[in-house]
Amino acid sequence: MTDVLDEITPDESTKAPKAPGALNWRREEQNGTLTLWLDCADTGTNVISEAVLRELDTLLDDGKQARPDVLVIRSAKPGGFGAGADIDGFENLRGKDAKAMLHQGHAVLDKLAALPFPTVAVVHGTTLGGAFELALACDHRIGVDGVKLGFPEIQLGLHPGLGGTVRLTNLIDPVEAMQLMLTGRSAYDRRAKSLGIIDALVPERHVAAAIAAAASGKMDHDGSLRASALRTRAARSLAATRMRSESEKKAPRRHFPAPFALIDLWEDHGGDADDMQTAEIESFTTLLDSTTAQNLIRVFFLRQRLKAAGKREDGISHVHVIGAGAMGGEIAAWAAMQGKRVTIEDVDLTPLGKTIRRATRIYERKHLSGIKSRDALDRLIPDPDRLGRARADLIIEAGPEKTAVKEAIYAELTNTMKPDAILATNTSSLSLAALVDAAPDPARFAGLHFFNPVSSMPLVEVVSHDLASQDTLDRLAAFTTGIDRLPARVTDGPGFLVNRVLAPYMMEAILMLDEGHDKVAIDRAALAFGMPMGPVTLADQVGLDICLEVGRSLRKGLDTPVAETPDWLREKVENGETGKKAGKGLYDYDSEDPPKEPADDPDHQVIDRLILPMCNAAVEVLRKGVAPDADTIDAAMIFGTGWAPFRGGPLQYAKVRRDVPDVLRRLAEKHGPRFEPDPGWNDLG
Amino acid sequence: MSRPVYLVDGARTPFLKARGKPGPFTPVDLAVQAGRPLLMRQPFPATAFDLVILGCVNVIQDEMNPARVAALRLGMGEQQVAFTVQINCGSGMQSIDTAFRYIRDGSHEMILAGGTEALSHAPLVYSRDATEWFGRMAQAKGPLDKAKAIAEIRPDFFSPIIGLERGLTDPITSLNMGQTAEVLAHRFNIDRVTADTYAVESHKRLAAAQAEGRLTGEVLPVFDRDGEAHEHDDGLRPDSSVGTLAKLDPAFEKPYGKVTPGNSSQITDGASWVILASETAVEAHGLDPIARIVDSQWAALDPGIMGLGPVLASTPLAQRHGLTCEDIDLWEINEAFAAQVLACLAAWKDDGFCREVLGYDSAFGRIDRGRLNIDGGAISLGHPVGTSGNRIVLHLANALKQRGATRGIATECIGGGQGGAMLLEAA
Repeated sequence: MTDVLDEITPDESTKAPKAPGALNWRREEQNGTLTLWLDCADTGTNVISEAVLRELDTLLDDGKQARPDVLVIRSAKPGGFGAGADIDGFENLRGKDAKAMLHQGHAVLDKLAALPFPTVAVVHGTTLGGAFELALACDHRIGVDGVKLGFPEIQLGLHPGLGGTVRLTNLIDPVEAMQLMLTGRSAYDRRAKSLGIIDALVPERHVAAAIAAAASGKMDHDGSLRASALRTRAARSLAATRMRSESEKKAPRRHFPAPFALIDLWEDHGGDADDMQTAEIESFTTLLDSTTAQNLIRVFFLRQRLKAAGKREDGISHVHVIGAGAMGGEIAAWAAMQGKRVTIEDVDLTPLGKTIRRATRIYERKHLSGIKSRDALDRLIPDPDRLGRARADLIIEAGPEKTAVKEAIYAELTNTMKPDAILATNTSSLSLAALVDAAPDPARFAGLHFFNPVSSMPLVEVVSHDLASQDTLDRLAAFTTGIDRLPARVTDGPGFLVNRVLAPYMMEAILMLDEGHDKVAIDRAALAFGMPMGPVTLADQVGLDICLEVGRSLRKGLDTPVAETPDWLREKVENGETGKKAGKGLYDYDSEDPPKEPADDPDHQVIDRLILPMCNAAVEVLRKGVAPDADTIDAAMIFGTGWAPFRGGPLQYAKVRRDVPDVLRRLAEKHGPRFEPDPGWNDLG
Repeated sequence: MSRPVYLVDGARTPFLKARGKPGPFTPVDLAVQAGRPLLMRQPFPATAFDLVILGCVNVIQDEMNPARVAALRLGMGEQQVAFTVQINCGSGMQSIDTAFRYIRDGSHEMILAGGTEALSHAPLVYSRDATEWFGRMAQAKGPLDKAKAIAEIRPDFFSPIIGLERGLTDPITSLNMGQTAEVLAHRFNIDRVTADTYAVESHKRLAAAQAEGRLTGEVLPVFDRDGEAHEHDDGLRPDSSVGTLAKLDPAFEKPYGKVTPGNSSQITDGASWVILASETAVEAHGLDPIARIVDSQWAALDPGIMGLGPVLASTPLAQRHGLTCEDIDLWEINEAFAAQVLACLAAWKDDGFCREVLGYDSAFGRIDRGRLNIDGGAISLGHPVGTSGNRIVLHLANALKQRGATRGIATECIGGGQGGAMLLEAA
């Protein structure tokens, strides 16, 4: 039998035919309403490409002749109005070409804005970047419940370039507009309405009535008083100064020029729309040519690639997590938030309680509504009786990092798990080869290595081993994508991918401490390079005991030389000074705060000593086939550790810089054979 | 058509004492906390039920028809029919009784029947805040302290007290529930020491039941958003003694009354569910019933002596099935007040009462303490009003099984002048 709701829910998709000569637009004319439906060919998501704008130009000319009562622009895609500009086109777009294209685009949107009859954009779902700019060029915007509008360009090292900086700062309170553009955050439905971005917020069933209201002049836009107050340059300068210092706190100008370019643009030209439009094009093309933007655009594609690696149904609706430590708890909370039914067990009730608190806080931080948060918590089930073991489609073991403990758990699972269920271990320091014999079924066993904290680190390593089935690995990758994390497929080597590449960063810093370098200077130099955290701070964060363990396992598992660990580190750990969790490690957290400010004038030799060993390890990982390709390695380091994204990742950085093997050789002469360039450099060309 | 009806499983939350502010869970939160693990441990999916019935007295504004809200939150499917029942302190048993009759008569195969109550969310709890504030105010020395105390005053200290008093006051006789217990204590000559002794024993029994694992599987831990795991009924005072209880002032009729906070049931939050199934459902899902529900009975009397409800509801059950006092191995009589339970026992022992009121030739008999509320009761573990009726049936079923006993009655008095009773046999 058909579900009642399905039966009475009409098919809302448009039947309008494609406009003559257009690939990306459908055209419909009914009772004085001319509707142009954006429906990009061969994709599920609309992007504003050069072709889309060119076709729109023709349609607008034709619409002008038709003289409708109202022109409506909306999207035929269920997911949203549009995702933004066609970023595929950005990669190879530079200088003059970019400028010419932008001028054309602006001309089309200006034409839309100047039409002599009312124009309405009906926006639903994702409405970002270029698509948002298209909507801004209309007289009215009607939002459908759940709409999300924003300018994420800043994350690509850019700012809006199709008139968005001009139109948004003139439409709403310019300070709010700048905030949206500077943070890249989206405004969700009611927020968008209260900001004045949309003139009405309605459910789909009231869209036609809302269009009629707009057409007959019955829909007002609440103008912002502040917009007029900020017409003078002096007033804008005051606000701009504050914005600059806020931006500088988040990311230094020399690494992330876009926010500052955007602030300059508004401060200098915010009083004159025509001026600002010309300046926007200038500023945008300058940014587009910058290494930062090019690297960040690459990062955008890397994200797409990783996502694509997990495309299919995972067949996993119930996840059971064994071990409610920080990691197990985060994984459980996150998976429940993403719609999975999650059970989590532990030998004690206390960590299960902590998991619920942890989840509650994550949901607060992620701004879940009361109902969504309640539903996620309803899906997250503390399971002291271990009922989930026999019911889950996926069991994630996040137990203590001891082979014997894990083997004991696996033995209990052997006759308990569902026949098709997968067992994944979240181990970071044990090799899968050492665990696979204990697994109930080697084919349905693999690694699923999350990064801490799961709620802000998008990467998950899907770790294979010789006996794992392809189906298991594919399902795990799909599961990862399904919970909005990014899967990197790697093989079973010491530290897998990310920890192997990251370890030398901390180990070298510890050796430098041994040589008498100042820890604050080390950390600040690394921050200046663009790392999210200095290596000394990171070692404390990870835990010095873990660092020792990682060092030991790398030394055991690798044939290449690894930095020695000084005796005092071992003594420190024996004394319980294991890092941040103990209140004392390399820093004393009672009396010291690790530095957050990057060095103004960092010592480049220090930076090389910290960063280049990571590049070297990345080459080794690539040579050994731990990761399938260079892009996966760069992506994994960025999404798993926050590795300076504007540098494009360790391999991209080395590629741009070119002299890394030579510098490594010089470092090897000075500091020892651990710096010897990996043989893999020869294959990179 | 009259088919056998089985109680196949059940679970409840720990009962959590109201501590002067809204507790961590709403009524439906509690029902979900108890229901999730209960449903998960079944061999059938959560969508397999024909009906959900939930007893709840103080429904909060955000959860109208809590049965349906709970069913949806428990993933029992959009097509799950669910309704809420309310007969004051009998609500949790009313849900079982309705389910029992539906299955017995052949219209349903499997029903989830429960009770839930978050008394800490009812306005009554603010009275404690207000009392504490009065206390601070009285103790405040000097103008500065006084000013500080005054600054802490909140308007809501006062209006909710009316809500509390109204909820626990009979609208017909205007007697408070505690006063109805005072009436019974007076009529049946229950003295303060006897009542306090009964109360102390309630705590000792609950403590033993917890320690010896007799509540394992019946009471499941719950976890709140602040990260606290609640494992046991937390109103338990194992060190309670007749000496300590003697120090408490009467709660309802000062200064001469006998009913104190120490020998009354505690104000608590909690939920309980049982699964009832027909023989068909038992076979279809391969279930292992704990007990069979044999019969049920409701009765009513003068609201001012509502505490005798158990006598009037249970006796017809015994009579209908030809059972003597000795035939009933275990009794769960909800401990609204020690004096009220003791009055019921006294009535059953009284020749005149049994002859004139119950139609026996002489006394029904003496229900000795060894068969009564063997693992504690509402005085030690609390009385979430909509839940208690469900809890006593569930615990009776489990206790019959644990002790290898044959037959038992669970019964409660109901504010407003009623009583409910249910006859169970071990399966």
